[in-house]
Amino acid sequence: MLRYLVQRLMATIPVMGVVAIIVFGLIHLSPTDPAAVIAGDYATPAHVAEIREQLQLDRPIPEQFLAWIGQVLSGDLGDSIFSERPVLQLIMARLEPTVSLALMTILVAVTIAVPIGVVAAWQARTLLDRALMLLATLGISVPAFWIGYLLIFSVALDLGWLPVQGYASLSEGLWPFLSHLILPSVTLGTAYAALIARITRASMLEVLGQDFIRTARAKGLPMRKVLIGHALRAAAIPIVTVIGLGFALLIGGVVITESVFAIPGIGRLTVDSIQRKDIPVIQGVLLVFSAVYVIVNLLVDLLYTLLDPRIRYAA
Amino acid sequence: MTGNVTSVLGTLGRRLGAVSGLALAGALAAAPVLAQDETLRVVIHADLRNLDPIWTTAGITLAHGYMIYDKLYEFDSAGVPQPQMAEGHTVSEDGLVWTITLRDGLSFHDGDPVTAQDVVASLERWWQRDGMGQTLAGVTESLEAVDDATIRITLSEPFGLVLDALAGVRGNPPFIMPADVAATPADEQISDYTGSGPYVFLADAWEPGSTVVYERFADYVPRDEPADFMSGGKVVNFDRVEWVYIPDSTTTMASLMAGEVDIWELVPPDLAVAMEGSPGIVVERGAYSHGVIRPNHLNPPFDQPEARQALLHLVDQSDVLAAAIGDQALWQECAAYLTCGGPYESDAGVVGVVEEADIARAAELLEASGYDGSPIVILDPTDLPDLHAVALYVGQQLRAAGATVDVQAMDWSTLTSRRTSTSPVSEGGWNILVTYTGGLEAASPLTNITLAANCENAWFGWPCDQEIEDLRSAWRTESDVEARREIAEALQERAYEVVPYVPYGQFFTSRAHRDDITGYIPGTPISVYWNVDRAE
Repeated sequence: MLRYLVQRLMATIPVMGVVAIIVFGLIHLSPTDPAAVIAGDYATPAHVAEIREQLQLDRPIPEQFLAWIGQVLSGDLGDSIFSERPVLQLIMARLEPTVSLALMTILVAVTIAVPIGVVAAWQARTLLDRALMLLATLGISVPAFWIGYLLIFSVALDLGWLPVQGYASLSEGLWPFLSHLILPSVTLGTAYAALIARITRASMLEVLGQDFIRTARAKGLPMRKVLIGHALRAAAIPIVTVIGLGFALLIGGVVITESVFAIPGIGRLTVDSIQRKDIPVIQGVLLVFSAVYVIVNLLVDLLYTLLDPRIRYAA
Repeated sequence: MTGNVTSVLGTLGRRLGAVSGLALAGALAAAPVLAQDETLRVVIHADLRNLDPIWTTAGITLAHGYMIYDKLYEFDSAGVPQPQMAEGHTVSEDGLVWTITLRDGLSFHDGDPVTAQDVVASLERWWQRDGMGQTLAGVTESLEAVDDATIRITLSEPFGLVLDALAGVRGNPPFIMPADVAATPADEQISDYTGSGPYVFLADAWEPGSTVVYERFADYVPRDEPADFMSGGKVVNFDRVEWVYIPDSTTTMASLMAGEVDIWELVPPDLAVAMEGSPGIVVERGAYSHGVIRPNHLNPPFDQPEARQALLHLVDQSDVLAAAIGDQALWQECAAYLTCGGPYESDAGVVGVVEEADIARAAELLEASGYDGSPIVILDPTDLPDLHAVALYVGQQLRAAGATVDVQAMDWSTLTSRRTSTSPVSEGGWNILVTYTGGLEAASPLTNITLAANCENAWFGWPCDQEIEDLRSAWRTESDVEARREIAEALQERAYEVVPYVPYGQFFTSRAHRDDITGYIPGTPISVYWNVDRAE
């Protein structure tokens, strides 16, 4: 198992290398010149050229790439060319809101989706099943930003129950922390929950038709125990897989949700950096996103062994 | 299968949702989050990224500068420079020696007194960057500290705009920094943010992309005069000011309506209309701007004056402003290159622009310019709805005149990069960009940077005309008001021949605040947060 883990971690290195090359290439295809953005609207062309030279953006692209890769390999993601702060420091400062939002979203989505999926499978082909699956289809179809605005204007503005925007750290208290996360996590979690609910239903349907379920029911076990103690556990692998894969969906959604709710997380950092073409920050953030994605996939693979003891990984 | 749905759901809910349940239950009992009374919360127009107002000309960095720094002079609402850090000044009879005295009680945030040496170092750094500063430096023989409170500027030739330069608001304003901070090379950013202005910057609380925090500078001594435009007493009524950057306009509107923030300093025209009459909200006119349709003088067909003159006949300001700004209360037609309402408003030499578009005449002029039908590239910043409308309008009018048009959609950041290209259109260059400049800056021949025609040193688009430059130079050295007005008229007549750009009129930005906010100074080109108070 340990050898497998090490091997998987080693395999991420070439993946990250390819990601680095693609990220660097895409950024430099964009026509935005950060020097022009930094200089401001009233700058003269000479002023812009001066800043470009100062930031060494006038160097050949391969030379810039090698310099950046050298930095990354030594554990330094460089400095923002706008704020001149270390990229790693900027990312770490934004990590808490994003991680909090992601965890809360997973919690909300799983809490809503798994029961819906289980009930829909159990009540398959009834009106309740159809209604729940219609809800799930709507959840996937409706854009996240629209749900965000709807929640802002109804729950935050009209009812005044929750704040419209912003983020409060856990250190400011549990309620301020939670109150700032509820609307964003519902917004972000809707599509995610819909996806999990559909997979849960499909997976449960398959399991509920198997012999061991019939045996459990024949023994007179209450339906609650049959569904949760036997069927759900057996159906868990596809559900866990989609939760893991859905993490990519979350990363994309975080960018939109953090913008709508003005949460100073990594999603906002990404958008702001792309708009300004803050090259070191974009590169750093995308590398971190890629690393997180690779690690989440690895964790999902490892989780399989806990859910199904028959699964063993060999190096 | 049969069973109890509620029972199954209940078990799953208990297992999966303890924390979510708590959160949702709490939500129902929660009170809305409101701004704290002692804190002024402002939604700023852009994210603060750079902190050195001498290194960049970005408006948000200048606004930061006005929070923490002070200047020798500031403009009042009549456009006259008034002493701010200065007690006053004397000028020698020949107009060459300017002696400025600092007022008592000035100190930096670290407690050190502000001295003439700090002023000299700050001005020497400033005039390496700022256009007006460079002009002043060009006619300055010496700049020296006579004693701790006296600065002497000795000129090599008369220059009537010394105080105007020292009161400059846009470009790089001459903020006064401690001498050791001002010793930072002008092409490097400062790393020490000690100023002597009304607020202290809390660097540790700064979260780029989110929040900037200032606290009242307890030892700041405001002038006795009431606040007037950028000048007068900078009285601070809040212990703390928080700048919040919210990129989404709809969220910002909801946040202001919910009372989470006090001021929104730049409201998009459509949302300004939407918020009119909302309870607890006041929507006001902000600063005014001067519209600019800029042809690139390096690339055909606009390297020929006939093609640029064709643009004058294609533009009808009332049409373009109605499309871009909408509400007629927020715009006015204005053919003056040096703005309407300013000291040099004139109708000398006006061609087209405030008349109905003359497509036939424009087509004749385009043909006379030798235009060969190649695509005319218009840079279209689609993320700015007002400028997007102007770009589309210009494209439509050019098409009507028989031109082939390529309207290239991009965001503003990309446009600011594309506009630096001096290449031919086939190699990534461009023909037309649309923008606007602050009304205050556009009102003067020296600070209206889009009017300058000094070839490769001119603003993007690079107009090149010696006569315009001679007139700007003559205006600069002339001190008689009437003579200046005559020069300004001649300048406008020449501008309508050369067409460095097409003015598409004047319009106001909008701003909004909660109705308990008072004393928010109107019309300033940079929003300032002294004098603002909260009604009891």
